[in-house]
Formats: sequence, C-alpha cells, structure tokens
Amino acid sequence: MWEKIKDFASTFFVTGDPLIYGADVAIVLTTFAIIFVLTYYKKWGWLWREWLTTVDHKKIGIMYLIASLLMLFRGGVDALLMRLQLALPEMHFLHSEHYNAIFTTHGTIMILFMAMPMMFALFNIVVPLQIGARDVAYPFLNALSFWLFFFGALLFNISFVIGGSPDSGWLAYPPLSELSHSPGVGQNFYIWGIQISGIGSLATGINFLVTILKMRAPGMKLMDMPMFTWSVLATCILIIFAFPILTVTLGLLFVDRFFGGHFFTMDGGGNPMMYVNLIWMWGHPEVYIVILPAFGIFSEIVSTFSRKKIFGYKSMVFAMMIISVLAFFTWVHHFFTMGAGADVNAFFAVTTMAIAIPTGVKVFNWLFTMFRGRIQLKQPMLWTLAFIPCFAVGGATGVMLAVAPADYQYHNSYFLIAHFHQVLIGGVVFGYLAGIYYWWPKMFGFKLDERLGKWGFWLWNIGFYVCFMPQYALGFMGMTRRVYTYGWDLGWAPLNFTSTVGAFLMGAGFVFQIWQIAYSIKHGERDRTGDPWNGRTLEWSIPSPAPHYNFAVIPQVKGPDAWWEMKKEMQQDGTKKKPVQLKPIHMPKNSGIPFIMSVFWFIAGFGFTFSWVWMAVFGLIGVGICLLARSFQYDTDYYIPVKEIERTEKALGRAV
Amino acid sequence: MNQESHGSVKSYTIGFILSIILTVIPLVLVLNKMMSPTALVVTIIAMAVLQFLVQLFFFMHIKEGEKPRYNVMALILGVVIVVTIVAGSVWIMSFNSQVQ
Repeated sequence: MWEKIKDFASTFFVTGDPLIYGADVAIVLTTFAIIFVLTYYKKWGWLWREWLTTVDHKKIGIMYLIASLLMLFRGGVDALLMRLQLALPEMHFLHSEHYNAIFTTHGTIMILFMAMPMMFALFNIVVPLQIGARDVAYPFLNALSFWLFFFGALLFNISFVIGGSPDSGWLAYPPLSELSHSPGVGQNFYIWGIQISGIGSLATGINFLVTILKMRAPGMKLMDMPMFTWSVLATCILIIFAFPILTVTLGLLFVDRFFGGHFFTMDGGGNPMMYVNLIWMWGHPEVYIVILPAFGIFSEIVSTFSRKKIFGYKSMVFAMMIISVLAFFTWVHHFFTMGAGADVNAFFAVTTMAIAIPTGVKVFNWLFTMFRGRIQLKQPMLWTLAFIPCFAVGGATGVMLAVAPADYQYHNSYFLIAHFHQVLIGGVVFGYLAGIYYWWPKMFGFKLDERLGKWGFWLWNIGFYVCFMPQYALGFMGMTRRVYTYGWDLGWAPLNFTSTVGAFLMGAGFVFQIWQIAYSIKHGERDRTGDPWNGRTLEWSIPSPAPHYNFAVIPQVKGPDAWWEMKKEMQQDGTKKKPVQLKPIHMPKNSGIPFIMSVFWFIAGFGFTFSWVWMAVFGLIGVGICLLARSFQYDTDYYIPVKEIERTEKALGRAV
Repeated sequence: MNQESHGSVKSYTIGFILSIILTVIPLVLVLNKMMSPTALVVTIIAMAVLQFLVQLFFFMHIKEGEKPRYNVMALILGVVIVVTIVAGSVWIMSFNSQVQ
C-alpha cells in the first residue's frame, strides 16, 4: 500500500529539480498564509459576498487585473530563467527539458493568461462607464467568463508542480504535441487550461459586442463612441470569429490524444501541417485581438493629454474595422517556410503588408493629434510616447518578415523573437500599462505615484532596447529560437549577455511598479473630483471609484467627447444645475453559480488531463447541474431604492 | 422588460434532433468505412452545410429580431470568414498532394 502511494506520488508530483521544490514550498506557505489571514480577520464571508459571487463589472475587472499581474510575474520569472540560461555559452543552469517547458509556459501564459485578462480587465472597467451603462449586457455571463478564465489559468499553472509542464512550444505543434512524442500529462494541461479559459474569452467577446451595440446611453450614436469603445467593438468581432477556431483545433488535438484519432498524426492519414494552418487562423487574429484595445487606449490618452479632439476620428474607426477584417487573411505568414507554393506565399505576403497601411494611418493620426496640442507628460502619456517609436520599428521589421523569400532567412531565428517582442511589449504591454495608469484613479480613487512610476517607466524602456536590439543581430548571426545552449565558438556570448542584462532591467521596472502600487495605496494623490485628468469621456463624469450602479441618472449624449461638451455647457450656464428626478435602479443580483460551475470545469479538466474518466464525468455532471440550476432561477434582479441612491451620492460628495 | 419569444419547445427539439442526426451520419460513415474517399468527403461537406443551416434557423433565430439588418451583416461577415477558412485551407494544403 505504502509502496503504491509512493509510486503514485513520484509520477503525480514533479520531482528532481531544486527550483521546483522551492516553488512547492512557496506555494504551500502562500496558501497557508492566505487561509490564515482570511480566517484571522474573519474575511471569508466578505470574500464570498463581495468578490467571489459578484456580477459587478468593475469588481470583475479588478479581479482580472490582479490575476493578470500575477501571471505577468509568473511569465516574467520564466523569461528571466531563460535569459539566465542563455547569458553565457554552455550554462548548466537549466537542463534541456526544463528549458523547453519554460519557453512553452512563458509564451502561453504571456499571451493567454496575461495579455488577455489584462485586456478584459480594461474592457470591464471602462466600457460600461464610457457608454453610460450600469453594467454589461449579461452580468452573470461576465462573472462566468472571469471564473472560467481563472480556473483555466489555474489548471495550466499547476502543471509545473503536478504532473509536469507542457513542453512543445506555446502553440503545441504536432507531431511533437501528439501522444507519440509527448506521452506525459503536460500537453493535456495545456489543452484543458486553454479550452476552459477559451470558453470564457468567447463569452466575453459576445457580451461586450452586445453591450456596445445595445446599451449605449440615449443619444450616443455609433460614430459618437469613444475610441476605446470602438476598439473593443472591433476586438469583439475578432474574438467571436477567431476563438471558435482555437476551440475546434485543440478539440481535434484532444481527440487525437484521448481517443487515438488521426487528425494531426504522422500516420493513419493525419496531417500535422493542418494543425499549423488551423492554429494560426486563430493565432493571427489573436495578435490583433490584443493590440487593437491598446490602439484604443492610446487614442484616449493622446486626446486627453493633448487637450484636443482625436485627429481623424472617422479614419481611426475605418482603420480599426479594416484591420479587424484583414486580420483573417494573413495567417500563412507564420509558416511561409511550409512551402505551400509561390502563389500562396505571394498572396499572404501582400495581405500582410497591406495591414501595415491602416496601422500607419493610426500612427499618423496620433501624431497629428499631438501636433500643436498642449501636451502634459503624465504617466499614461509617457508610455504612449514610448510606444510610438517602438511600435514603428516593430512594424518595420514585421514588413521585413512579410517578404516571403526573405522570411526563409528570418524564420524561427532570434530576429523573429525580437520582432514579436517589440510589437507585443512595445505595443500591447506599454498600451495596457498606459491604460492601467490612466484609469487607475477611476478603479481605486487615487493616482499612482509619479516618481516611482518614472523609475519603472525608464527601467522598462531602457531594459527593453538593451534586451531586444541585440536579439535582432543574434538572429542575423544564425541564432535560432528555442536553443537551450550554445558554444563559445559561435561568438554569440556578448550579445546574449547584454540581452540578459536588459531582461533584468525590465524585471527591476516591474518591481518598481509593484512598489509604486504598494506606496500609492497609502500615499497616492486622492481623486476627489472623479475627473483627475480633465477627461473627455463619460467615465470621468462620475465619482472615483464609481458607485456600484455607475450612473445615478443615465446621461443624455449629444455627440462625441460627451463629458467634454457637458463641461463646456456647464461653464456657460454658470453652476446652476437642472434638478434631476432619481428613479429606482434595476440591478442584477450576485450569484455563486459562476464560481461553482467553474470549479466543476476545473475538476473535469483535471480528470481529462490524467485520463481519470470518473473524475471528468463527475465534473461535467456538476457543470450540467449548475446550468440547470441557473435555468430555473427567476429571482435574479432587484431595484435600488431612491433613498439609498441619494445616500450614496451624498456620501460621494455629489448633490442630487 | 418585455420577454421576446425565442422559438418554441417544438422548434428546439426538432433542431436538436436534426443536428444530432447530421453529426451521427458522417461518424458512422467514417467508422464503418462505408464509402470511397471522394464520396465520403462530399457527403461530409454536405452534412456540414446542412448542420450550418440547422444551427442558423433553429438556434440562432436568423429570421427573428427587430433589426434583421444586424443579423444579415453578421451573417455575411461570418460566411466570408467560413469560406476563407475552408477554401483557404484547401488552397494552402493543395501542395500536400505534390509532396506525398
């Protein structure tokens, strides 16, 4: 019996690496610390009522934000471990399998469990406030989306201490990811972690599309919407059409691994290249999914901090819509070297280059917005200014990669690595950080400290160029991606060492940002006006943080930059305000079902991962029961009485 | 809040049964190797198209709603992307016949 348990434990837990044992200890200690703090301060009920069961889009957004920062930490540690291993030739810091696992989890986590939730955090916090709505169209579904993401990410992340991490690259190309080459459970963790959180992403896409189309304040036409809301609309279209492809592709891989299918195997009529073709049909739109909201954020920030209307509003909207459709016609540029033929490669090279045109239009519009504006160099604007040159270089190297014949040289080299990090860090990460700095006062009621923020900013920026510029050169020198070590004779050592220094500078930047958050909780400048930046859009018309019903009275919108126009009007009329009639506000009730259902999904995913059918069936039955329970729930909403609204508004310093 | 009708139990049941039948047919054909490869591919594609229509009419209520314009626009975009996925894959993968 004892032998059996020992046997089981030695395969169930990952053993043999001191780094992993360290992680085990840290996980156990952190879990105990959390449980102890919650019990000692009697916060379990608070946690359940205020957070785990909430359907409030602002709280869900904050939970997305916390989760994404945790994942940024995890993915960042992965990156630093890789850079340490590559700092000098012939290092023995990580062995090859461990290195494979780390580059796999780094990529998957950074895209799917860092960028996506950080994006959803901003969707949730900003969109309903910008369009003058009291919540999203489907608040229950919104909570479910978050918890599905959370438990999907959890399932993926526990793989490094239980069962073993996936190690076949962030997109899990077969045949390497097939049972024949990856017999362990790591690949199953990958499939189920992404599948479960993918359902949540798709639901969020639908949710926000409907919210934007149906829930805008009266008078707000589509062409009056703030740019960020437009970018979310474009992103949602992409999510709705792209994520089902991911689900089906990973579903087929699952059939191959679980039921012995032959979709992507080397034998039995399977075709591994079909997987590559399908996964990039999602993968390419995915990069536009994460970059478009960043474009929206930059548009808001440039306009606010230049004190000007956005230049070329219509062309901005058209550019985003064109990008969101063109994004579906460029996927082959990720595998030009497959050799599909000159006709195929030429077509996709041209579409890829074409997509640079609307992107260029947007860059010029931002520049023209700043031209003769009164620019204020606050933190959000700093990140925006850093983004423009960084993204321009990243875009230019992208066009180089789009030249199909030349791509045979660049393909899978460090040149490619440098390119996509430049657009993903310089575009997406800088964008989301700018957005977080910009909307932070709206989320929490205080600004983040400028001095510490500037330290973080400069460390990130200098670190970025020190880290990735050498990698372009390394690519030309023949260094390919995913090598875990190299010889002294190749001459790659100085550039690699420089690159590692840069990575640690960025890590230091992140530490400064965490310090900045901790410091500002106590000492940050409080925002009592609700409009700390002299903003232009509706989210700045309400107190910070917003009351849970957002708007005591739904605003009437007359054109773009609604809040800016209202402020001008108020100045003209003097301070006299028209008396408003408060009405009871219709709100959704909290629900525990999203959380419980996602726990059952987690159980089912864990069961499938280890091929424990009883556990998978149990989990799926639980999911089914939750669906039924929700279908027969009729008491899902309530009204906030006028007295309570008056009390809340007075406490927030708003005379009603 | 007015409760719009979203189809009847009858239409859902019909749609559900049809979609299951259309899924089972290709599965049985493939598992029992009942057709020549070309005929099999044609049958599977035909079933897929029918499945698509069943989903549209029985579950997605393509004919209902106050503003069918949105529906039509979304449908056109959806069809464009479906055609891109299917035709694009066939075109890209056509090199496969030359190398195998």
